[in-house]
Amino acid sequence: MANIISDETIEYVGILAKLELSEKEKKQAKSDMGRMLDYIDKLGELDTTGVEPMSHVFPVQNVFREDVVTNGNQREQMLSNAIQEKDGMFMAPRTFE
Amino acid sequence: MYREYETVIGLEVHVELAAKTKIFCGCSTAFGAQPNTQTCPVCTGMPGTLPVLNKQVLEYAIAVGLATNCDITRYSKFDRKNYFYPDNPQNYQISQLYLPICKNGGVEIETEEGGVKTVGIHEIHMEEDAGKLIHDEWEDCSLVDYNRSGVPLIEIVSEPDMRSAEEVIAYLEKLRLVIQYLGASDCKLQEGSMRADVNLSVRKKGAEEFGTRTEMKNLNSFRAITRAIEGERERQIDLIEAGKSVVQETRRWDDAKGESYAMRSKEDAQDYRYFPDPDLPPVSVSEEMLTEIRAKQPEFRTEKMKRYKEEFDIPDYDIEIITGDKPLADLFEATVAFGGQPKKVSNWLMGETLRLMKERETDASDLCFSPENLAKLIGLTDQKVINSSVAKEVFEVMFEKDIDPEAYVEEKGLRTVNDEGALKKVLEEVIAANPQSVEDYRSGKEKAIGFLVGQTMKAMKGKADPGAVNRMLKELL
Amino acid sequence: MKITEMTAVQLSAAIRTGETTAVEAAEAVLAQIEKTDKDYNCYVTVDREGALAQAKKVQERIEAGELTGPLAGVPVALKDNLCMEGLLTTCSSKILHNFVPTYTAEAVKNLQKAGAVILGKTNMDEFAMGSTTETSAYGPTKNPRNPEHVPGGSSGGSAAAVAAGECIYAIGSDTGGSIRQPASYCGVVGMKPTYGTVSRYGLIAYGSSLDQIGPLTKDVTDCAAVLEVLASHDEKDSTSLSREDTDFTSALQEDVKGLRIGIPGDYLGEGLDDEVRTAVLQAAEALKNQGAIVEQFDLSLVEYAIPAYYTIAAAEASSNLERFDGIKYGYRTEDYAGLHNMYKKSRSEGFGEEVKRRIMLGSFVLSSGYYDAYYLKALKVKALIKKAFDQAFAKYDIILGPVAPATAPKLGESLADPIQMYLGDIYTIAVNLAGLPGISLPCGQDRKGLPIGLQLIGDCFQEKKLIRAAYTYELCAKRL
Repeated sequence: MANIISDETIEYVGILAKLELSEKEKKQAKSDMGRMLDYIDKLGELDTTGVEPMSHVFPVQNVFREDVVTNGNQREQMLSNAIQEKDGMFMAPRTFE
Repeated sequence: MYREYETVIGLEVHVELAAKTKIFCGCSTAFGAQPNTQTCPVCTGMPGTLPVLNKQVLEYAIAVGLATNCDITRYSKFDRKNYFYPDNPQNYQISQLYLPICKNGGVEIETEEGGVKTVGIHEIHMEEDAGKLIHDEWEDCSLVDYNRSGVPLIEIVSEPDMRSAEEVIAYLEKLRLVIQYLGASDCKLQEGSMRADVNLSVRKKGAEEFGTRTEMKNLNSFRAITRAIEGERERQIDLIEAGKSVVQETRRWDDAKGESYAMRSKEDAQDYRYFPDPDLPPVSVSEEMLTEIRAKQPEFRTEKMKRYKEEFDIPDYDIEIITGDKPLADLFEATVAFGGQPKKVSNWLMGETLRLMKERETDASDLCFSPENLAKLIGLTDQKVINSSVAKEVFEVMFEKDIDPEAYVEEKGLRTVNDEGALKKVLEEVIAANPQSVEDYRSGKEKAIGFLVGQTMKAMKGKADPGAVNRMLKELL
Repeated sequence: MKITEMTAVQLSAAIRTGETTAVEAAEAVLAQIEKTDKDYNCYVTVDREGALAQAKKVQERIEAGELTGPLAGVPVALKDNLCMEGLLTTCSSKILHNFVPTYTAEAVKNLQKAGAVILGKTNMDEFAMGSTTETSAYGPTKNPRNPEHVPGGSSGGSAAAVAAGECIYAIGSDTGGSIRQPASYCGVVGMKPTYGTVSRYGLIAYGSSLDQIGPLTKDVTDCAAVLEVLASHDEKDSTSLSREDTDFTSALQEDVKGLRIGIPGDYLGEGLDDEVRTAVLQAAEALKNQGAIVEQFDLSLVEYAIPAYYTIAAAEASSNLERFDGIKYGYRTEDYAGLHNMYKKSRSEGFGEEVKRRIMLGSFVLSSGYYDAYYLKALKVKALIKKAFDQAFAKYDIILGPVAPATAPKLGESLADPIQMYLGDIYTIAVNLAGLPGISLPCGQDRKGLPIGLQLIGDCFQEKKLIRAAYTYELCAKRL
């Protein structure tokens, strides 16, 4: 395996992705990711000099909406799946230190 | 030792655009609604929903770019900025990193020395605002209101061209003026429709390399910005002088305490994994679109100043002040249109209006009285229905609440008394009650008459015409 | 003919003529679900009451002459990543175990307008990530052709439901083959249209630039009829296209004379099962006998499609799935210490292994220092792959090949080695990268009796050519 994924990398990706892995899962993830990256490294064989990265497959451009209010008060619906709510707001663990 | 250092400042200014709806959905952007009443599946990040760009947002962003001498990017894209926080319902913010809509601009500011310098604008990009978090003391949790989520913003990123708090304020004032003139935003710092993050570093004077910078957030007024800049400058110099180094970090300003603290956490990797948003096709700006936006551009300040000079007979100083604040200029023109004589309208704005604005710390955009009522008030004094001190009293009421001054004067019985018989009776009483002043006047102390006029006005509860009082007093004495 | 064996076009005709009713049809299909779904597990949610109520309403409208189309009164199953107001939508994930949308996907609205009777939501690989429907948090679906085997995935529940008569047709989504491959494994017809043809609004995203909704049906006629209803320009989806040529049923013609068909040599090489190769080449031969011009060619870049695809799809997925955070909807862990711990625990407990694997990979390829080397490189390779297809379609009307290297594997055989599983997507994923339409239809079976699928790929907007060729082949196969 050419790509060796370190514990730090797995830890770091866990922070980015907000995933907490057990020791066993981490070991597996290191090996899986290393193998996947080895595989993805195959793309390096292709010369892509001067090739424009293609994020959209069709040259669709300028899709707009007009600045007109179309939505009314939908608070009840928006909160209907909230895990906890209070005073018409979503409740989250405290964010202020 | 502080004098040996130079401060280097760059600004990231977020401006809430005046669009009626959010950047990617048809929810209203009106300020002050009940929590989450202006939300929908798109701006609350419900799964399966998709963004669609509000055309007005693009037009405003381009207009600001043109007005700040930017190059408009002909092929622009939106990117996702990924970070987890409860005010960000998708846990990514749609913004522009790789191809922002405007680049390489700049505005001129006046320096303290009276010179002119250009503050460069690195780029302007469009993005969505986050929701609002409210700390709930009782439950020890945070409550999320997504009314602001998706409100359209532009972020104006300056070059590190400023060297003092004064320059920063001048730059912000300039931006505010330009954007208000465009009608692209009301730029209110207090309501958060204009917010500035300050990037600051220090270096020894004459040094070529920049020092390590910090980013300061949560600056809600010009005063806070000034204090934060001074505080951060000192903090960094103290660190360097003590042989320590400045850490590149984001800091939060606490205006009440007058100090800042680092917003660090090991969960903040500050690695936003930007990539082009696959849900939003690119924006291609054509020459026609630019021509159209240019055509829609309003009269800018210099044009307005020139026109005022030609059209209205008011002093240059008044023109300077009135056009320096777009809402004030709008008010001026509207009042004149309602028949207010330009010089008198200007006097009301330059005098009482600015005085009360300063006293109450309000912006011109928050003034509640209508131009029609101001014109009526001026009419009342012109026709001597009320005298100037009564007019000022009425105006103070109008400043709080947009009342009709004509109705108010009638209702409160504030008309000037023009009945000479009644006035003569009061004057005789005043003369009788103040023999000393009468004596003083007769013996040549001209000033003594002022006291008698004052006593008369008081007795008449201010409703007399001071000119008539003066004239009749002289006759009687 | 039993209702559960009818196609949509047959059933709607029977309802229109009064031979049966929408309510009877719904009851018959619900009875079939009752009977066999405990064995196959095609559904996550069956909306019995909703379906019967809807059938009753639709029947009235059919009788009033308001609904005359080929889907009026016909029961349909939706993949569980399509939002429908008031109906549990889980993406077969624990993290959405209780999510009830307050809005309906545009594609589903189009079905409703056409008088469809929605039966419920079908099982899938969690968040459409998988090729076997074994990554579902609600247990695997079994292949009705042989319950020891998987139905394919990720739209495995939809394909199996069609094959088992637990619906008349079903809707799926295809990001890298998720309609075509299960259709092939279950012996039904499945089609992924040109990107942008069907609105993605209300489809819970996996890889936004690759996802497309499409039909899984019993035959090509139904496929065309359903796609015709699904397709629409939707202002809520900025990537939705405005097309005038969506009268797909007009292409149901037995005529391939002069049609130029190319078979990529790369699609027949190493890794392809012999029985599949034989069946696919026989199908090509059949089309040739009908007047098509068939030849082999070199498509090139085939082996680069999988790494490019997994990089792009994982990156988009890592971002698309950030919204599942335990605040606005879905699953939140019971015990946590602070915000970030809540995020991490909720997501780690709420997502399954394969989903976590792809989120980790996607977060990594987008992270600082790796973006250019991995993500941007993949987008450039995508551009090259698109170009290779453009060159191929300059010579051919249709590309023909297998759907998958082999027939359905046994349950439990695939998940142990993810990369091996990803390799199984080799013939389907390039189509998604290039935004092309592709159809999968049965072309025989192997010695074990498992269905083999034939894939036809068209240039952008050339669904009609695919439908014409598929329809022609289907008629040939019937005569054999």
